[in-house]
Amino acid sequence: MRKEMNTQEILQRHGKGADELLGLLHELQDAHERHYLPPESLGAAAEHMGLPASEVYGVASFYTMFSLKPRGRYIVRVCQSPPCHLLGSTDVSRELVKELGVQLGETTADGMFTLEMSSCLGVCGVAPAMMINDEVYGNLTVARIGEIIDEKRSAT
Amino acid sequence: MNMSNSTVQLHIDGHQVEVAAGTTILDAAKQAGVQVPTLCHHQNLSPTASCGVCIVEIEGSPALKRACCTPVEPGQKITTNSQQLRGLRKSLVELILSNHAVECPTCASNGKCELQDLANSMGVEFDRFEKVVDKRPNDTTSVSISREPNKCIACGRCVTVCNEIQTVNAITMSDRGFDVAVGTFFNEGLGNSSCVNCGQCTVFCPTGALRERSETDSVWNAILDPKKVVVVQEAPAIRVSLAEEFGLDMGEVTVGKMYAALKRLGFDYVFDTNFTADLTILEEGTELIDRVKTGGKLPLITSCSPGWIKFMETYFPDFGEYTSTCKSPQQMFGALVKTYFAKERGIDPADVVSVSIMPCTAKKFEARRPEMRDSGFQDVDYVLTTRELVRMIKEARLDFKNLPEESATDIMGAYTGAATIFGATGGVMEAAIRSAYYLLVGQSLANLDVKIVRGMEGIKEGTLSIPSKELGTLDVKVAVAHGLGNARKLLDKVRRQIAETGKSEYAFIEIMACPGGCVGGGGQPYGCTIADRARRGEGLYREDAGMAKRQSHENPEVARIYKEFLTSPGSEKSHQLLHTCYWERSIQSGSCLELKTHKHAASHAH
Repeated sequence: MRKEMNTQEILQRHGKGADELLGLLHELQDAHERHYLPPESLGAAAEHMGLPASEVYGVASFYTMFSLKPRGRYIVRVCQSPPCHLLGSTDVSRELVKELGVQLGETTADGMFTLEMSSCLGVCGVAPAMMINDEVYGNLTVARIGEIIDEKRSAT
Repeated sequence: MNMSNSTVQLHIDGHQVEVAAGTTILDAAKQAGVQVPTLCHHQNLSPTASCGVCIVEIEGSPALKRACCTPVEPGQKITTNSQQLRGLRKSLVELILSNHAVECPTCASNGKCELQDLANSMGVEFDRFEKVVDKRPNDTTSVSISREPNKCIACGRCVTVCNEIQTVNAITMSDRGFDVAVGTFFNEGLGNSSCVNCGQCTVFCPTGALRERSETDSVWNAILDPKKVVVVQEAPAIRVSLAEEFGLDMGEVTVGKMYAALKRLGFDYVFDTNFTADLTILEEGTELIDRVKTGGKLPLITSCSPGWIKFMETYFPDFGEYTSTCKSPQQMFGALVKTYFAKERGIDPADVVSVSIMPCTAKKFEARRPEMRDSGFQDVDYVLTTRELVRMIKEARLDFKNLPEESATDIMGAYTGAATIFGATGGVMEAAIRSAYYLLVGQSLANLDVKIVRGMEGIKEGTLSIPSKELGTLDVKVAVAHGLGNARKLLDKVRRQIAETGKSEYAFIEIMACPGGCVGGGGQPYGCTIADRARRGEGLYREDAGMAKRQSHENPEVARIYKEFLTSPGSEKSHQLLHTCYWERSIQSGSCLELKTHKHAASHAH
């Protein structure tokens, strides 16, 4: 689904100036195989935008949606909104911790998965829900977790 | 809001006051004689409104307002002190303290700390909240400045001065919430950033989270080592910055006491950087006249300020060839002490430990530049800031105020009034004008006070008419900028002029990295305001006015060193010891990319 583009192509799609920065950072992060913003990406963004590198770093470190550390090829985001919570999202995340062998916010040693919590994914009708990269998984049960993760493991 | 009125009337703690529209509650309160407590606010910086200590009550408004950033409105009734406000302010300070490494006895800003002062005056309870101090590592990547994040209260002053006043943009607020911190790009440290070492962040820091990299231990070790010959030089600004630290009036010049204190600390030879300030004028004046005569690169830009030099190398590398090739007075001195002086006194230069006292943190960086080893050794071994010298004087328990005055060593110790004003913005320009005029016209200016380049205006400029016998009447346009934001503005203009017409309207430009010039340097006492800097500068102009010799070329010791050692200004020997070259640097990391100018490549044809 995600368009793979190189940094230069992405930069060329954006004008200069602070108001373009967030969109640019999103695209740079999405384009990175490890879903994060390394110093090279932020440095290139700063240079392209004509902004100080320190300022771009300040922005990227402020927003939780940006990561400055390498993440897994698959980012698993478990919805932590109240409807999902009521329908068992804590069990889901507990099962994910067990299945992946990492705590929330961590990445598996093989670089495959990062486990995160997310604010409302907007699919309360199928709560509890999670996303893996751009794909939504609803009506989750503890039993399904191993199956979904295995499917991702074998897809690579 | 009443837009037609340019003034606003209101009541603050029952006092009626009329202030200009747009005035903040904090400033309006001052006009009413009411001091609202503040912490993050600084009178010379735009407010960050981060601490909340200046909260006030406004009648009819349910919300408390921060006085530092809230403009007054007509008819307001404002209360700055109440049970509620006292309690809240106290809690705020207690919360800040719970997240602050309280190390007052050993802290660089002990006695000057604004948090300490506030806590003490409010009678806060130290242990009311659980202590939460993350052990974040100190940033010791810079040779000039160290940062202790555990003392940082995230007031944002350092970020404001770095980004708004200096436009260096080395630091930023990173992360959010409880994790908020001041940092560089990816926290790689000041030494690996675009930081130019000016140290303005340290001067504005309210809590001592920023300080100079102290070298006092190394200097004490040298002094107490009987095998070492320890020599010291002091920048012009030092003589006018010690008084205020030892119970004398701000702006008082204490040159004799300064020499006396240094001798009592144990320095073997006490010289004066003012000597090489005079020497700089002869070298740089010769360079200027040379460039004018031979159609060299103009404007010539001064090179005394190492913060400016690194800024130029980072942001304006194309100005490398416009910048004077002269080393700063500190480095000229260093190169001469281990050559001329050592030879003169029959001392092995390997035994000489060369110390300088500077109002500046960037001088620590400058002394360690690889180019600054023309004596065959590191020319200047240790650089102490004013703050460090003050600590040494206190450690030695010297009664500075009552010290009998002494003099500097005769050789390399004499100076003129032109040298002493190097410490104030416009001073180098004025000194250069005095001597250049004399060299071109054959007589001195009728009035040596060149007032157009004095004062605290950010960018000053003027035109001088010089009736040169050889070149006809020259109309020389000069400009002076202090504070790197002003330097940036001026150089953007010059760059535009050169791009559009091939030349700039200016022939000579003085740039000092710090607002006010060296008297406002990053190594000066904590907490100095722009007004304090102006008063120190006035002190230097008073010293100059009272001196018999006020032109650098009149310095007899300068004449002697040319006769005995350097031959003449701009000579081969001068170029070897007193001139330097410049790099282009990475904006992201500050590291050297490419040599932009070459040593000994000056246009001078001697």
